[in-house]
Amino acid sequence: MAGKTLYDKLWESHVVREESDGTCLLYIDRHLVHEVTSPQAFEGMRMAGRKPWRSTSIVANPDHNTPTKDWDKGIEDPVSRLQVETLDSNIKEFGALVYFPFKDSHQGIIHVIGPENGTTLPGMTVVCGDSHTSTHGAFGALAHGIGTSEVEHVLATQTLVAKKSKRMLVKVDGKLGKGVTAKDVALAIIGKIGTAGGTGYAIEFGGEVIRGFSMEGRMTLCNMAIEAGARAGIVAPDEKTAAYLKGRQHAPKGENWDKAVAYWNTLKSDLDAQFDAVIEMRGEDIEPQVTWGTSPEQVLPIGASVPNPAKEIDATKRTSIENALKYMGLEADTPIEKINVDKVFIGSCTNSRIEDLRAAAGVAKGKKVAGNVKLAMVVPGSGVVKRQAEEEGLDKIFIEAGFEWREPGCSMCLAMNSDRLSPGERCASTSNRNFEGRQGPGGRTHLVSPEMAAAAAIAGHFVDVRSVH
Amino acid sequence: MKAFTQLNGLVCPLDRANVDTDAIIPKQFLKSIKRSGFGPYLFDEWRYTNYGEPGMDCSTRPLNKDFVLNQPRYQGAQVLLARDNFGCGSSREHAPWAIEDQGFRVIIAPSFADIFFNNCYKNGILPIVADAAVVDRLFKECQANEGYRLNVDLPSQTVTLPSGDSFTFEITPTRKHNLLNGLDEIGLTLQHADEIKAFEVKHKAAQPWLFAQ
Ligand code: SF4
Repeated sequence: MAGKTLYDKLWESHVVREESDGTCLLYIDRHLVHEVTSPQAFEGMRMAGRKPWRSTSIVANPDHNTPTKDWDKGIEDPVSRLQVETLDSNIKEFGALVYFPFKDSHQGIIHVIGPENGTTLPGMTVVCGDSHTSTHGAFGALAHGIGTSEVEHVLATQTLVAKKSKRMLVKVDGKLGKGVTAKDVALAIIGKIGTAGGTGYAIEFGGEVIRGFSMEGRMTLCNMAIEAGARAGIVAPDEKTAAYLKGRQHAPKGENWDKAVAYWNTLKSDLDAQFDAVIEMRGEDIEPQVTWGTSPEQVLPIGASVPNPAKEIDATKRTSIENALKYMGLEADTPIEKINVDKVFIGSCTNSRIEDLRAAAGVAKGKKVAGNVKLAMVVPGSGVVKRQAEEEGLDKIFIEAGFEWREPGCSMCLAMNSDRLSPGERCASTSNRNFEGRQGPGGRTHLVSPEMAAAAAIAGHFVDVRSVH
Repeated sequence: MKAFTQLNGLVCPLDRANVDTDAIIPKQFLKSIKRSGFGPYLFDEWRYTNYGEPGMDCSTRPLNKDFVLNQPRYQGAQVLLARDNFGCGSSREHAPWAIEDQGFRVIIAPSFADIFFNNCYKNGILPIVADAAVVDRLFKECQANEGYRLNVDLPSQTVTLPSGDSFTFEITPTRKHNLLNGLDEIGLTLQHADEIKAFEVKHKAAQPWLFAQ
């Protein structure tokens, strides 16, 4: 019999029962909750008179609606405020292990705070009413997004009704060039397999390049597994994982720590494990990436030019290139380096951790944001990241270069608060989605790494970070 | 959840690949703490020419006449015909809530994004994966014939075209049973509460750190 993949092991260790058609009840260890996808679930619980099964599995925090400046003014938009207050009162009523209300010094993007305080651990099942829950797979956890009905189901039963996915291995071997980051690897993978390439799969990321990534890099990569269509991305835990977790507030302690690490060491795919699909790439082949269209798969290396629909033979693809160019206000065959930017956003659960900010600051240091850039903003992923960055003086580097230094939150990743693009504005963004209207109605998003975003802010247009740094 | 058995419904063709959840229901509408009332904001940025805000009265907003949902021949459609990777992007269940609230009960596409596909079942919507060639044919026939309807039968897992031709689709027995009977999944799961408790005891003994308070 063939060996097991890491995904198989994580799955099997959480099956409570299995129906004859393969539908399983899967036990959930960690339930992350934010204000946008939870109110209807709590309301459903109340209406049915149900109590949470295990409220100490819950880690919660508002992030999507919260403003990133003038915190003393509170949340000005009454609709956003009501949603945040609703989370406050729901957590008060139903309980949680960890709750950071708005303005708490630890508040941040839910996918940043879980790993940060050690509530995300290897071997866990982690869910959240948020597709970027895949981020937590960086720790060797089975982590994926769920809908609000499922949020309610997990609250009430601590389980999820689920069917096993197929298994894909994405292996990146070799070495990355200087200036090429986890974000570029993620975008290059999506460019290769497409946004539906991973649909129906759980992706395990392996190979030398991934082993070489820090935990921050692995989180960036797993974060974008969903953009490749996969609900979950996983990296096997190793000594870096343990080193990252050691001493964090909710990480195991004492005797439990040793037991936990011993168990985590078993969490890897067996050598003879069978995957349903294997994608192999070489680190040397990956260059800094920039998306040019309205889907993350519409991505190219910085040296390329935007495509010409006339050269596409497939009719559906041709139409989507035409639609994307029209929306993005781009002419066919324009070199990417010739595209000017109006705004720059460094933040989001993809790229707002300390390492991302250090990398961006490294590029911005001693330089000035170009005159044609109306706004360049840095939004740390959490209060903890923000303070650490300030201790390291990164805030000063950004401010001196002309960036705005903001309070933590989702911010212009999805523009639910007042940080947004105006119609037609073009943004170099370190977030994960370049969909139409994502960063504001009519806004135009180009996804890049933190280094590339900082370099674009300084140059006023996209530029190969390898040539400026 | 609403039960679904059979439907003979008007078809509305949405001829775009990779329709994402931000397009299905833009983020400003996610600020609501309710489950209903999202229908008028479905595909808001494509449907209206002004910027939509939650609570707006959509009956007086300027319509984008070219958008299919606004064309008179598709009013009252219950079957949404779509292209590859429909529903990609976020996990927001507001997307199926908006689709259902607009009156759609069936979506046919060559492929769906996983989370969206799953969310449909929780809301009495039947997502049907059909061969790309079949979907192509449905698009052509639907665009060519006003009043084009499909008959969707869940018990026999069949879709019948006006010509009498038909194709079958897959659905897991569990999902089929729940949808046919409009069952409350939480209630069903809680029938296995003892098994969940037993699992929890075992799990806690093996990995006590997962249960730290
Ligand atoms: S930062 Fe963006 S992608 Fe991440 S949770 Fe917030 S809104 Fe979602």
